[in-house]
Amino acid sequence: MRVSALHITLLCLIGAAVGAGSYAFIYAKGYSYLLNDPSACANCHVMNDQYSGWVKSSHHSAATCNDCHTPHNFIGKYAVKASNGFFHSFYFTTGKYPDNIQITRFDHGVVERACRHCHAAITQAIDATNVHGNAEGVQCTRCHISVGHSEGAASLAWPHFLWRDK
Amino acid sequence: MTNGNSRGTGSRRHLVAIVVLAAVAVFAVIALLINIFERKQEARNPFFRVVELNDTIADPSVWGKDFPMQYDLYLRTVDQERTKYGGSEAMPRTPTQADPRSAVARSRLEEDPRLKVMWAGYAFSKDYRERRGHAYMLDDQTFTERMQAKPPGACLNCHASMVTVYNELGNGDATKGFETVNHMSYADARKHAKYPIACIDCHDPQTMALRVTRPAFIEGMRALKASQGIQNYDVNKMATRQEMRSFVCGQCHVTYYFKGPEKTLTFPWTKGLRVEDIIAHLDEGKVKEWDHPETGAPLIKARHPEFEVWNMGVHARSGVACTDCHMPYMRMGGLKISDHQINSPLLKVNRSCQTCHHFSEEELKARAEDIQDRFFTLRNTALDSLMDLINDIKANKDKATPDQLAKARDHQRQGQFMIDFIMSENSMGFHAPQEAMRILGNAINECRLGQLALRGAPPPSHNPPAISEKRSNSNEVQKAQGGGN
Repeated sequence: MRVSALHITLLCLIGAAVGAGSYAFIYAKGYSYLLNDPSACANCHVMNDQYSGWVKSSHHSAATCNDCHTPHNFIGKYAVKASNGFFHSFYFTTGKYPDNIQITRFDHGVVERACRHCHAAITQAIDATNVHGNAEGVQCTRCHISVGHSEGAASLAWPHFLWRDK
Repeated sequence: MTNGNSRGTGSRRHLVAIVVLAAVAVFAVIALLINIFERKQEARNPFFRVVELNDTIADPSVWGKDFPMQYDLYLRTVDQERTKYGGSEAMPRTPTQADPRSAVARSRLEEDPRLKVMWAGYAFSKDYRERRGHAYMLDDQTFTERMQAKPPGACLNCHASMVTVYNELGNGDATKGFETVNHMSYADARKHAKYPIACIDCHDPQTMALRVTRPAFIEGMRALKASQGIQNYDVNKMATRQEMRSFVCGQCHVTYYFKGPEKTLTFPWTKGLRVEDIIAHLDEGKVKEWDHPETGAPLIKARHPEFEVWNMGVHARSGVACTDCHMPYMRMGGLKISDHQINSPLLKVNRSCQTCHHFSEEELKARAEDIQDRFFTLRNTALDSLMDLINDIKANKDKATPDQLAKARDHQRQGQFMIDFIMSENSMGFHAPQEAMRILGNAINECRLGQLALRGAPPPSHNPPAISEKRSNSNEVQKAQGGGN
């Protein structure tokens, strides 16, 4: 094949794209998202509160971000990582997200299944009774909201009781 | 040839497409890279002190040079956006020589003429409007028609940036400056004030820590804490950081009166913060601001007791400060700052309510408005019962005995203050829903008792059932009942 000046330009351009892309990947710590270290989720500052909440939480010694926020199978885990990774980057880059970030319905489902995966012995026993089990849509986090990362409660000082009814 | 040519143009087209694609890819990657770089820089929280601040600088624009984001938000308190019950919309008006304002807030007197009857004979029956943002506090006070009543300089305490004014008039002693301002005429005091509330009124210029600058609040808190058994309380030394995040607001968002000929701005808290405690304080000091021209009742005016009422609610009880909802944290790039555009949390549900409450914005707003709807209904009933009492006293002025009249007038004083207190409170019952309804219930009862007094009926004897230990921790109830059941 005859190598023309055009081909060289073209190859340089493609090389530049790959090079710049690789640099961006390393600079943005892209590799960290393939691992399991929770500090990766606070790479950008949006989830600082959730991260520091998790550090103080009861699940700190038992579960990482991925344990609750990704499915417990290989394909599901990386599919959810890819989709969340894309949308989080998209909204962070454009800046279009609320200050108090909200979990999506889908991701809430992932969390619910993760609770039930690890705590199967308890949740199956609950499901077997008529009290909670037959109630449609009962969610673990409805009551146990603070077990993972209670950023709201963590930021509150102790009540100060300036006033008390006598 | 023809074939070769078309192949040539075809592959050239492909080449062009690849070049364009590669160029777009490089372009996008570099753009993303720069964006990532910028975000990383944001997260470093840069702070540049370009001006040295001290207690002689009241001008917020100077402070704004060091804190441009907070200053920018602070300037936005000019926005007039309404919520279902509160907030304000700009009502256009033609500026005059005496009053250059081109927009004002809605008149609440025209909206509800019962207020004119209630405040008859007092300046508030002349002009009383929806509140507007902090930016308007000085203008709205300067130009209100209430100024015709020639109020004292004490009014300025909460309508202007006062730190430099106090220091200037007290020769460096703020408390002395405060005392001087109190008994000046408003017109004279006004000449010293340049700005509405500014950075300096809540922040220490060196450390930016919150601080209380209003002597009336310092005194009020000292008295309140003394009533709870804590002597020599100094709010600037003893309050926690989280308490200060409400106390700075409580410097002004409270009910007050002007004490004695010195017109000392005083917060009536020696007996507590409940409306009954405040009335007891005012009764003890024989405070009377005016006589109702039609009933002759000796009256007092309640003023926006947001701080007192918030203290009665579950949010205060849970340690949630005024600023947690009215100045919630927000992100500015990588910085987390408190929102200095102080307004209704219903205009920022995500940042205020959703910090703790995990329900949708619509649901949370609906909950707040439910509370306000219920309050509004009972508030109207309470105002109606006050109108009935006023009409009854008017009609019975010649028929009732002086003793009966005095009793009825006192019931008007009590009931009217309660209604005024919880109605002037700027949350339509939200800050403490149950307490607000309790106050309205008691106010309606006062009006009823006033009407009964005119008829010479003895006050009904209340015999509420005793609450046993098992159901309540309170021994007080049992003691009051003489030993319970």
